[in-house]
Amino acid sequence: MAKRRTGAQIIWDALEQQGVEHVFGYPGGAILPAYDALLDSRIHHVLVRHEQGAAHMADGYARASGGVGVAIATSGPGATNLVTGIATARLDSSPLVCITGQVPSKVIGTDAFQETDITGVTLPITKHNFLVTKTEDIAPTIRRAFHIASEGRPGPVLIDITKDAQQNEIDYEPDDSPIELPGRFRTGPLNPDDVERAVEILASAKRPLILAGRGIMMSSAGSRVLDLVEKTRIPVATTLLGIGGFPATHPLNMGMMGMHGEAWVNQAIQNADVLLALGMRFDDRVVGDPKKYATGALKIHLDIDPSEINKIIQVDVALVGDLSSSLDTLTPKLEIQDLSPWHHFIKDLKGDSAVRDIQALPDSGHLYAAHVINDLWRLTEGKALVATDVGQHQMWEAQYYKHDHPRKLITSGGLGTMGFALPAAMGAKVACPDEEVWVVVGDGGFQMTAAELSTCKQENLKVNIAIINNGYLGMVRQWQEFFYDKRYAATPMQNPDFVKLAEAHGLHGIRVEKRSEIEAAVGAARAEEGTVVIDFKVEREDTVYPMVAPGSTIETMIRRPTDTLVKTEKS
Amino acid sequence: MTEPSQHSRTFVVLVDDKPGVLDRVASLFRRRAYNIESLAVGRTDKPGVSHITVVMNADARTARLVEANLYKLVNVLDVQDLSNVPSVTRDLALIKVQAGHDKRAEDLQIEEVFRARIVDVSPNALIFEITGTEDKIDSLVDVLRPFGIVGLARTGRVSMVRATSEAVPSLEGVG
Ligand SMILES: Cc1ncc(C[n+]2csc(CCOP(=O)(O)OP(=O)(O)O)c2C)c(N)n1
Ligand SMILES: [Mg+2]
Repeated sequence: MAKRRTGAQIIWDALEQQGVEHVFGYPGGAILPAYDALLDSRIHHVLVRHEQGAAHMADGYARASGGVGVAIATSGPGATNLVTGIATARLDSSPLVCITGQVPSKVIGTDAFQETDITGVTLPITKHNFLVTKTEDIAPTIRRAFHIASEGRPGPVLIDITKDAQQNEIDYEPDDSPIELPGRFRTGPLNPDDVERAVEILASAKRPLILAGRGIMMSSAGSRVLDLVEKTRIPVATTLLGIGGFPATHPLNMGMMGMHGEAWVNQAIQNADVLLALGMRFDDRVVGDPKKYATGALKIHLDIDPSEINKIIQVDVALVGDLSSSLDTLTPKLEIQDLSPWHHFIKDLKGDSAVRDIQALPDSGHLYAAHVINDLWRLTEGKALVATDVGQHQMWEAQYYKHDHPRKLITSGGLGTMGFALPAAMGAKVACPDEEVWVVVGDGGFQMTAAELSTCKQENLKVNIAIINNGYLGMVRQWQEFFYDKRYAATPMQNPDFVKLAEAHGLHGIRVEKRSEIEAAVGAARAEEGTVVIDFKVEREDTVYPMVAPGSTIETMIRRPTDTLVKTEKS
Repeated sequence: MTEPSQHSRTFVVLVDDKPGVLDRVASLFRRRAYNIESLAVGRTDKPGVSHITVVMNADARTARLVEANLYKLVNVLDVQDLSNVPSVTRDLALIKVQAGHDKRAEDLQIEEVFRARIVDVSPNALIFEITGTEDKIDSLVDVLRPFGIVGLARTGRVSMVRATSEAVPSLEGVG
């Protein structure tokens, strides 16, 4: 039965129809009709402090839950503030629906107050976007947007809705017929010849490796990858975003590959004769110099996006499709040789890595970020959901917090967006209120979105924030150390008192300056009901090792010196 | 996939006839750093469907990526890479040349030889209309140049698969 509804009411009706329970947003003139109708909706709205936070929260929500995250903003500056969050979601294939208000359709194109062509601005960074000027188009567009955001390779979709479309009233009847996207490239069943070829290549493999990427999360293929590895005993290396797709503590998980991966993992890749890439895209941070990447290996690439095939690395077999169903076809057919010589070879590659590991080195009274993360992993029994920001702390987290489950590490991999961690963690917490959520963030990145502390307070959101405070834009300082002759231009930072900052928000703050204080601080944070900020005053000029210089071949890594740890003056 | 040489490739792209769709296609070429040589857009026989002919310089690998990326655009209905299928390609040009009465006889002869048409005549100038392959138009331009070309407008190439053949979908496998 059709009912009289305004466009604004239809927005919420249509979101409810998609199963939306939470949205993240910030009001303003052009979206006011929608906000007025919000009061009559079941949907809970989280009021952020900056629209970038709304987009990252929606992103964190999507990454933690596997569903679609929703962000709302007004026209003009509200919409442009979403842009960084949308670009972040795009590069990491995160499904978002962003709804923006737009000036009334009559004045579009006149440079009206707060008019920005946001569909134009976001055209290259959305999977698709829509400008809606008619009330009757709102509901069908929202349905399409959710479908597009989550089908195939997911991504962000933006819907720009004019104010008059929100205000007008129509006879509305919900529609739930299936959505057809004519002409979209569909991945059908795998080509049997390709499957055959992959099976053959793997049957003769003596030194095969699995490269595990975020596609495992997107396709919920974790248990299938585990089955594959249990059956074949092929060792696994993960990308940054693939962490958790295969248990970190599994004996066949070698760890992270690429720029800050373990040296021996990269060496294993260079020595492999077959690479089986699962839902990863041979990003430059993983590949280094593509011409010199695993030149002796035949490559089999499983991905849902045909435009990733042969983009960076020429492969020998491509199996384009949803990873879970591709593995369902492939795994049962595989007959693999005994790989124990290869396992031994890899073990030897490991060589002295363990003694170079910072965990084996004494702290002699200094506080090292790697110790903080390692202790955090131990104290939370590896079970926390951790959102990281971008920089040195992000790499240390990836190296030292061993995630055994998918969707437990949320990080901006492709865009490397500073300011992501806190809002993404908040979105994750909203999606999964029973998870213990930690934020691992640098002193620089924390200050980019620290305003969301007051959102934590207002929403009673409990996240634990570990600021890895080195008084530097540390990762940039590290590049200056290696590649710019230690000329530290614009990287030393003078920071506020983060404990007082927490307190000013009515939140608990703790300062940690010695390794011996970590356990008590983490315990206190976990016990506290509200959000807690821990200011870890770590070694200032510590360095993430090992490192592949950008564009180099991945086995030439800068290693941590065996004898010393950096000791800088305390600030 | 051993086709190292770059050459001109023509794609026919059928898209939704909606505002902004050309923008999406052009934006894709720009942001992936594919260089467009020629682009022509128009309606088709089907309401709601537009026909885009894009010509670009690319090797086989790039061509495949272009195709795969085009398919990711929600408004793209069909993509055909015409490199390996028999097709018909035409370009249309309007060429304005200086021509007093003394040159008219010669002009008429050129019109005849090139099967062009003189579509506008004024005391000092003529406009030729010519349809054909790029080569044919190029040679007419060469012939007319000595007269003094004062204006040239070309549509860019428009292509269509020949009636007897079907474009092969080339996204299957990656041999
Ligand atoms: C929005 C944004 N601006 C700039 C950069 C470049 N950048 C990458 S890492 C980094 C330093 C981060 O410093 P901090 O947050 O203190 O983390 P640390 O590296 O010290 O752990 C910068 C500036 C970025 N990634 N994102
Ligand atoms: Mg820092």
